Amino acid sequence: MSPPVDSAAQRRPRIEPVQVRRFARAERLVHRLTAVLMTSCILTAAVLYNGTLSVAVGHRRVVELIHVYSGFALPAPMIVGLASAAYRADLGRLNRFSRDDWRWLRSRDRRLGLIPVGKFNAGQKINAWLSAGSILVLLGTGLLMYYPYLVRLSWRTGATFVHDWFALGVGLLVLGHVFKASRDAEARRGMRTGLVLAAWAKINHDRWLAELDGDAESVRDPDGRGDRDGGGGERDPA
Amino acid sequence: MVSSQSKGKPAKGKPASEGPPVGRRVILGLLGLGAVGVVTGRVTQDGLARVLGPIENRDPTGLVSLFPVGDSFRFYSVTGSVPSRSAADYRLTVSGLVDHPQTLTMADLAALPQTSFTSDFQCVTGWRVRQVEWSGVALARLLDEVGVRAQAKAVHFTSLDGTYTESLTIEQARLSDVIVATSMLGKPVTHDHGGPVRMYVGPMYGYKSIKWLSGIQLTEAVEVGYWETRGYDVDGFVGHSNGRDDEPTG
Repeated sequence: MSPPVDSAAQRRPRIEPVQVRRFARAERLVHRLTAVLMTSCILTAAVLYNGTLSVAVGHRRVVELIHVYSGFALPAPMIVGLASAAYRADLGRLNRFSRDDWRWLRSRDRRLGLIPVGKFNAGQKINAWLSAGSILVLLGTGLLMYYPYLVRLSWRTGATFVHDWFALGVGLLVLGHVFKASRDAEARRGMRTGLVLAAWAKINHDRWLAELDGDAESVRDPDGRGDRDGGGGERDPA
Repeated sequence: MVSSQSKGKPAKGKPASEGPPVGRRVILGLLGLGAVGVVTGRVTQDGLARVLGPIENRDPTGLVSLFPVGDSFRFYSVTGSVPSRSAADYRLTVSGLVDHPQTLTMADLAALPQTSFTSDFQCVTGWRVRQVEWSGVALARLLDEVGVRAQAKAVHFTSLDGTYTESLTIEQARLSDVIVATSMLGKPVTHDHGGPVRMYVGPMYGYKSIKWLSGIQLTEAVEVGYWETRGYDVDGFVGHSNGRDDEPTG
């Protein structure tokens, strides 16, 4: 293919792709597995922690084991995901926080699409950082709690303290994440099928869409599985 | 639809990898915060717990318990559901190597000399409830009542839940703060606390104080209990077992 923005593309009217690929299969799989494991951790934590649930569900030892092994497994999909180039590229995007991200975060009308947003908005980036960091902290403190002879008692008490409060934080983070997703069907479709409408991307992630325009391979649904819009091919203006 | 003129032309084909790597810094920062918390958490936890624990234990709304401040009872149950027993249909069987096996009602327990005292409840997982009022029948008194045979060396406890078991040596069972508790926190033992009748083994970690007590058997040797087969010490003295150094409960 020709390099971005060639003369031919400027001569004829730009073709707006109906759908664009947002997430690769590997990324969706990592997200789904992480969601399942995180849900398992949260539900079992609720049973272990809440007195009413503890007595109603009982089976403390079994619930504890499910919690511990879900927790040990929680980082695994993210680590295995590193084998995917698309996943690594998105980690790179999430890592960087630009001036525009700060502006977007501070503005009241951030949802109007006035400030350039890349593949991820500032809120999504912050959610990713806090989730990743908290999962690591919960894993570390969880290990100290589960293997009691690793460190001295006062550190174990400290680990329990940290685990409790980070768990509360992660619970709120997940609630916020699910709440945000519940209000954006297209974003959910992106994570479910990998495809989003270009029009949606134009409003919410215009910079990312612009990047894709320069890379014709990504523009269309590569495996032609565009659902919802009957084929999901490019709209032909002719 | 918002036009794109107002925000300038985005650079085409350029991956948006600008800006400092704030993500990495935040993650490292959280790890650092976690490490500091592990090292200093005990002091913070103790401080919070001392202030908020008493409030939480007496909080009628239960809202305080939504925060992990510790030092309030956490309710553990090892089976799916535990049969509920009212004071009227509760029975405690005392059997095994005794001269007079007995089945006691709540009234029978109430008719025996009562022991009351205040001491802490220390869980092996770290939480501790201070100054809990306990009352009931001293186990030593109950053992005298049924007459322990010479070959009996241990006491085995069973629970209404059918799974939880515990054991003490005869010497441990005769300690003065080991009681068959019918009252705690100034009122009859509730179902969630293991009522109507539970053990309170004062000198030991909470797992030794079996909940929903249904039977006491005198045996020739200590039969390892539920939590001990899962890694906890058989002689669960507070501060001298399970790798912990908590202060005594008394």
